[in-house]
Amino acid sequence: MEPVIELDGLEVRLGSRTILKQLKASFSGRAIGLLGPNGAGKSTLLNTLLGFHKPSAGTARILGRDVRTHAREVRSLIGYMPENDSFIAKMSGVRFVRLMAELAGLPPEHALERAHEAFFYVGLGEVRYRQLGTYSLGMKQAAKLAQAIAHGPKLLFLDEPTNGLDPPARTRMIQLIQEIRARGDLHLIVSSHLLRDVEECCDEVLILKDGKIAAFCNLEEERRSNRRFLEIETRGATNGNFIEAIEKLGCETATGAQGRLKLILPDGLELRQLYQVADEQNVQIRRLNHKRDSLEDIFLKAMESADGRI
Amino acid sequence: MAVYKKTYRPYEGELTGSFRRLLVMPRYAFEDLHRSRFLTIFFLASFIYPLICALMIYVVHNTSALALLGVQGGERLISVDVGFFLRLLGWQSMLALFLSAFIGPGLVSPDLANNALALYLARPFSRWEYVIGKMSVLLILLSLMTWVPGLLLFGLQGYLQGWQWTHDNFRLAWASFTAAWIWILVLSLLALALSAWVKWKPAAGALMFGVFFVAAGFGATINGVQRTTWGNIFNIFYLIGSVWVQLFEGSNNTTNGAVFFRANQGEVLPMWCSWFGLAMLCGICLYMLARKIRGMEVVR
Repeated sequence: MEPVIELDGLEVRLGSRTILKQLKASFSGRAIGLLGPNGAGKSTLLNTLLGFHKPSAGTARILGRDVRTHAREVRSLIGYMPENDSFIAKMSGVRFVRLMAELAGLPPEHALERAHEAFFYVGLGEVRYRQLGTYSLGMKQAAKLAQAIAHGPKLLFLDEPTNGLDPPARTRMIQLIQEIRARGDLHLIVSSHLLRDVEECCDEVLILKDGKIAAFCNLEEERRSNRRFLEIETRGATNGNFIEAIEKLGCETATGAQGRLKLILPDGLELRQLYQVADEQNVQIRRLNHKRDSLEDIFLKAMESADGRI
Repeated sequence: MAVYKKTYRPYEGELTGSFRRLLVMPRYAFEDLHRSRFLTIFFLASFIYPLICALMIYVVHNTSALALLGVQGGERLISVDVGFFLRLLGWQSMLALFLSAFIGPGLVSPDLANNALALYLARPFSRWEYVIGKMSVLLILLSLMTWVPGLLLFGLQGYLQGWQWTHDNFRLAWASFTAAWIWILVLSLLALALSAWVKWKPAAGALMFGVFFVAAGFGATINGVQRTTWGNIFNIFYLIGSVWVQLFEGSNNTTNGAVFFRANQGEVLPMWCSWFGLAMLCGICLYMLARKIRGMEVVR
């Protein structure tokens, strides 16, 4: 599979400060999350990929095109939804999106058609003729998404897409992002402070800290591998016999407080077999959780680890 | 994708070339300008003077019209010479200054004030293409106000007067064209640079006038206090006027410039100073644009 983004010793200096330090990675996921505390370099990385900042060393490639030498070609593949308000206040929504689509290279008639479609898609169909300056914050976010997708990019950069949204608007935005991802026509890069947003939208996560890669993980694989970790809570007869019985099934066990058991299941073991054993031992399984490292755990570990790697 | 389906689909149609993309911005800007009744009327009114000139050239060469008006010695009514073209250029250039002060700030400052530059430049579009695209609006409008009427009047006079006149006075056509372009370039760069710098339309318009009139006053003050002529280097009207005189007449000047753009006797600076002053002004504007027209402003 062709990598979506390759970072090849990428270093970016702004003034006397080195913001991104020798980043080296390759991503090929459908949706890639960018996480990191404030000042970690997330926005600088996006801006460098867009060609707004010149790398001081190394380079990056987007879908095989070098951002240093093929900046124009790279930008023709990208849709960008910036973090801050970016629009022309006295322009109607649909006219603005049409302008942006035409600048991306769409002929005027196609640009107009797709501007209308994009507005309906993001749920602003009824207000598309209103001036952008009169939109609420949630509507502005949706309008920014509309201009980012109107020209049908191959790669979509979403910088803090749920910034300032109330819970229903946030849910709607996440749904839109998930829908776009599910269609499989384009790749997504989602930069966010919100771990939940990234967890819900992305299948790969890059965590930055002080301009360096602190962690990179494939959430899908994480989810798959962590399905084998279980935490159960039991009530009933002697727990010791139950533990012995499930260890015979090949499980590794660790006893927690208040009748809780942590298990690592062997390959091929069905949950049904656990319930059968519990029944035989006269034990009730009151609660069963697939325990795994949440993105929050991964993030915190990355922030704590001394060498920046997990 | 039909609107009712409300789903996302990629675009697989044809794409326009980079030159056509460059024309998108002027097209949208002209649509916006057309909505302003004041600007439309002002622009149309700027053609009154060239129309009167055209009418006079026609009447002077039309014996039956002169007879009808009862005018004797019609050829003395108007003389189409260096003074005629400099006057025309002076009037039209002053109107061009007003028009660029009204229009120029509205081209760039809304984009900067609303952080829209990141969206423009996230597309296959360079910073200089952005500047050229925006500037082309002024280049087209100011051309229509300045050198286009000048050349049309030159053509009309040449047509009515004959080939010999055209041949003998070809320098006037060339000078009108070049002189107007220098002025257009200065105005356009200044309008864009100031509006990029202050990001606020009314302030940028006011600053535009300030650069011309306050700087001229400052130059005059220096001249008065220091008893020198070097203060003229701050007077853009003087710089342009002296360059125009050189373009129209070379070193054998019979005029001291155009209306509003005079290089008065006794206050003359070496010619290279005028050229250098204008080049510096353009250079500063380009530097200001290079600093401000960026996808992302870096706070150091």
